[in-house]
Amino acid sequence: MSELIYTLELSGAGMWSRIIGRHKTLRLTDLDGGANVGMLLYHASERHERYNMPDTLKGQHIFYLRAPYCVHSDMGRLFASITEDTVGWHDTVCGASDARLVQAKYGEKTFQTARNDFHRNGRECFLIELAKWGLGERDLVPNINWFSKIVSDDEGKLSFVSGHSKAGDHIDLRFDMDTLVVLNTCQHPLDSDPVYHPHRVKLEVFNTEPPALDDPSFTVRPENARAHRNTDDFYLLAR
Amino acid sequence: MSAFIPTQSTLDPAKAIYDHTVLAGDHWVHEVKAGQVLRIVDLEGNQAADTLFYNAHDPLDRYSACDTIQRQSALYLTTGTKLISTRGNELLTIVADTCGNHDTLGGACSRESNVMRYAFEKESMHACRDSFIRGVQCWSHGLGKRDITCNINFFMNVPVTPDGQLRFADGVSGPGFYVELRAEIDVIALMSNCPQLNNPCNAYNPTPVRVLIWD
Repeated sequence: MSELIYTLELSGAGMWSRIIGRHKTLRLTDLDGGANVGMLLYHASERHERYNMPDTLKGQHIFYLRAPYCVHSDMGRLFASITEDTVGWHDTVCGASDARLVQAKYGEKTFQTARNDFHRNGRECFLIELAKWGLGERDLVPNINWFSKIVSDDEGKLSFVSGHSKAGDHIDLRFDMDTLVVLNTCQHPLDSDPVYHPHRVKLEVFNTEPPALDDPSFTVRPENARAHRNTDDFYLLAR
Repeated sequence: MSAFIPTQSTLDPAKAIYDHTVLAGDHWVHEVKAGQVLRIVDLEGNQAADTLFYNAHDPLDRYSACDTIQRQSALYLTTGTKLISTRGNELLTIVADTCGNHDTLGGACSRESNVMRYAFEKESMHACRDSFIRGVQCWSHGLGKRDITCNINFFMNVPVTPDGQLRFADGVSGPGFYVELRAEIDVIALMSNCPQLNNPCNAYNPTPVRVLIWD
């Protein structure tokens, strides 16, 4: 890993959005264990292009994310490649919590009674950050839940695996496109912990090298090699 | 998959207020009023009917695959499943189903994803996203690509294994199989009757589906 250019500790139920350039790497570190990072991704300049859960899954024949898989857009291109991953399983089908779910699970805690410990939810955090970039409800699509594991039985019934991510676990995302990253650290919507307890996460951004053609993100699936080429073609033509 | 018990409907097609055939590869847009029942019939079997729903009075409130999965803690859609919107509202409920396994993970095909999934020369093939875009443009609320979210694939079989693999299996649907949905609020249904020829979702032969509505 090369030069560290940015670092931030994001509190539990915190939210953050920035544009991260192509070939920079974002590292997310679960500081306490049990973190969840809800994330949506948009092409920095063409924001109608966005993260696509179905193409990410069917392009790689998987139900979850892990290294060396990629995060696909809805235009046959890649936002990012997962270059390091000490966790091995990240959910992308369960979406985010909303006010109704948080109140039903954890009860009400308002700003008036709890000041900045009031209960936040993933959906509102997404909408608040999206609005700062001219985006809104039309742009809400299924998100990624980094660090959270959900498994399916043979009948499609889902269960949350508690204790999955440990203190110090991290993932690295090397960006393949200039990307608007919108994230929050609210709990996973199916978190089995009955206590409202969102965890803090460390964010770091590094300058990194472009991938070589034998990079595992290319070789893991032929679909990814074509998506890498589509992404390179975008920049070949646009720049 | 455990043994599926089909849920039959008692509704009589002769009494439907609307009866229409959506040809293979075509799009279809129609309002379903609160309390009305929409039936989608897989006429020849193994067809994928890619479908989105919107609140008819506020299209910002629309079908959400992840909220539907989250609310039910379940991946597959069948009788009893409530289709949940991005604002957490119930749009429709599945009230009958003779197929037993409808997907909402696989999304729609697009010309761009066909390139990614299959080959660069597949780019010119007709695909669901183009049909969805034409459908919302015809409905005309200033909607477009941005409003095309992750859809339901009625009659499509995308099993997930406990170790997290995703498969596109042969369909479990057959000729005449149907699914029926009761609208909980006024909704607009937007369908792309999938033209995909590159995988078994349509048994490599896209065919028509029939849509009926009862008061």
